[in-house]
Amino acid sequence: MKYLDEYRDAKIATALAAEIRRRSTRPWVLMEICGGQTHTLMRYGIDDLLKDSVQIVHGPGCPVCVTPLETIDRAIALARRPDVTLVSYGDMLRVPGSDTDLFHVKAEGGDVRVVYSSMDAVELARKLPDRQIVFFAIGFETTAPAHAMVLLRAEQFGLSNFSLLVSHVLVPPAIRTLLNSPHNRVQGFIAPGHVCAVVGFKEYEELVREFHVPIVVGGFEPVDLLEAIHLLVVQLEERRAEVENQYTRSVQYQGNRPAQAAVGRVFEISDRKWRGIGKIPVSGLRLKEKYAAFDAERIFDLQGISAEEPKECISAEVLLGMKKPTECSAFGVLCTPEKPLGAPMVSTEGACAAYYQYRRHLVTV
Amino acid sequence: MPLITNTAATSSRSETVSNDVTQNLDSFTCPLPIPARDRILLGHGSGGKLSADLLAKVFLPALGNPVLDRLEDQAIVSLRDSRLAISTDSFVVKPLFFRGGNIGSLAVHGTINDLAMGGAVPLWLTAAFILEEGLPIETLQRVVVSMRDAAADAGVQIVTGDTKVVEKGSADGMFINTTGIGLVRDGITLSASQARPGDCIIVSGTLGDHGIAILAEREGLQFETEIRSDSAALHTLVADLFHATHEVRCLRDPTRGGLSSTLNEIAASSGVGIELEETSIPVHEEVRGACEMLGLDPLYVANEGKLVAIVAAHAAQKALQALQNHPLGKEARIIGRVITEHPRMVVMRTPFGTTRIVDMLAGDQLPRIC
Repeated sequence: MKYLDEYRDAKIATALAAEIRRRSTRPWVLMEICGGQTHTLMRYGIDDLLKDSVQIVHGPGCPVCVTPLETIDRAIALARRPDVTLVSYGDMLRVPGSDTDLFHVKAEGGDVRVVYSSMDAVELARKLPDRQIVFFAIGFETTAPAHAMVLLRAEQFGLSNFSLLVSHVLVPPAIRTLLNSPHNRVQGFIAPGHVCAVVGFKEYEELVREFHVPIVVGGFEPVDLLEAIHLLVVQLEERRAEVENQYTRSVQYQGNRPAQAAVGRVFEISDRKWRGIGKIPVSGLRLKEKYAAFDAERIFDLQGISAEEPKECISAEVLLGMKKPTECSAFGVLCTPEKPLGAPMVSTEGACAAYYQYRRHLVTV
Repeated sequence: MPLITNTAATSSRSETVSNDVTQNLDSFTCPLPIPARDRILLGHGSGGKLSADLLAKVFLPALGNPVLDRLEDQAIVSLRDSRLAISTDSFVVKPLFFRGGNIGSLAVHGTINDLAMGGAVPLWLTAAFILEEGLPIETLQRVVVSMRDAAADAGVQIVTGDTKVVEKGSADGMFINTTGIGLVRDGITLSASQARPGDCIIVSGTLGDHGIAILAEREGLQFETEIRSDSAALHTLVADLFHATHEVRCLRDPTRGGLSSTLNEIAASSGVGIELEETSIPVHEEVRGACEMLGLDPLYVANEGKLVAIVAAHAAQKALQALQNHPLGKEARIIGRVITEHPRMVVMRTPFGTTRIVDMLAGDQLPRIC
């Protein structure tokens, strides 16, 4: 398959790994941001391949994982209403709220539907004019344009039975929080390619200037990630700190202007809570006042629902790269993908779940 | 694991039986109490961990006996000098018609295969229909005709049946249950508990074709593809395999839950480790593409015309040849071996020389958001 096979080529990958090992004079600590990248690193055992040359820690880039507990509780409250059809991406259904998850609400009779494309939610609203269709709009900068387009489409159709439950987060403020932490050990970042395909990487240049830390925009296949790691190691060895773009087949400096425009029309930047981390200033998107009529939180008066996360979970330290999932005493014992204690065990893209799913055999739990 | 549909279907077949089942349930205490608020989720039918949970917590404590407890794809019971294989399976596929088959042909093939995986020659089938009020009779006719054709092709007879009609909205068009009876070949005993370190793991062809063919026709997901379901009766392929060697330890058809669930069950049942070679696993280019697009892993996608054979190392080449000489096994490959390390786990060796776990599904395989 073109654009896949060449980026999974074992010969290229092992040659790159050898070159990284050759260049690296000490175990640099690097972080990948995106959950998709975490998934690839674990699936192909890339961290294992580089274990003495590079230490890879996993960032807060799984949108499912960082969606706050209270937002999940709000989605559950909506799904339990007899007049509401809650429409969601599939992997949100398993995410535990305070006392249940959407799968169970569905089994109890709640109308919960899974779609691949958010546009299907608008189609559903047109088909079912007597029901309130709420789309659970979560994600990073990557999914924001699609969700903006969906809302604009609903507006164009004059739909009064369609709304969004928004939980959108932004990557650069999370990196900034991490770099400002006195416990930070990360020396270089692999920036998320898909996010940068939308927003470009100008903002990452500001981070590089401010913190003198190298950032490489990386793709999602094993050769992409090895190339990105190689670029980071070379920068670190040469004491440089720049933004470099490894994922040139998808990412341009300016990003995707029409997508940015759609997001700008509908959303504005706001403070956001991140599951496992807490509130990060200016790290999210919310609907503009103009679109209040499409905001499920306001229509259904959900703001009163709040929740506290379980204390035994060390997810903040994992999501900020301070600890490996396997350093948690609950890992694989009290906390498994079937019964997750916290955010990173929830989705396959979460760091703990990726370790559990792919690397358990190398760990003595 | 068809056993779940097995017991459930049996208990709902007639009122007398279902009363008995209730009494049995009352007289048993579950070793692992289930919280009163727990309900059946779709994932309980996925063939993964939740399905196994249901067996362990609900069905086996209530219904367990030495035959059922073996948890193979079929029950094997002795009758005078013969051993009979019995299997039952319910079919709830949506849509009813898909590229490469329909619910009727699938219901015939599925039960034949469960018998064949026990080393049995399939002889008779039963067919029970649950029809939804309003279903066009022409649709039923098309399904029944294709059942007739599938049974005739396979040389089995459908010898009894049952029809129930439920109100509109209480079923999805049509559900079919088939039960099959076959005669186990002399000298053959197959079991998921018989895998031994050193054995080879053979798969009879490409993985994921059925699951992707079905997904491609689901509402909201339609995509253009040439992928056809691999639905087929495997008993002649099995016959050719036994003609070549009797050194087969276990046969399984990796249906829902895919290859990963099947191999995890074998590893757990035999207390061994399994190591797969990623580069040897056959997957059609189109299936691989669809899986990439949908965020799925072909190892977890259902097959309806493939088998996995655990074969003693010295007989593996002979077994492979026999499979490859049959039209349904042309793309058969040795994909891995049984090992002593990391017992009860399936591990994949990647092309990069690293390893990763191939776990059982926790619930349904869910599309990832980005």
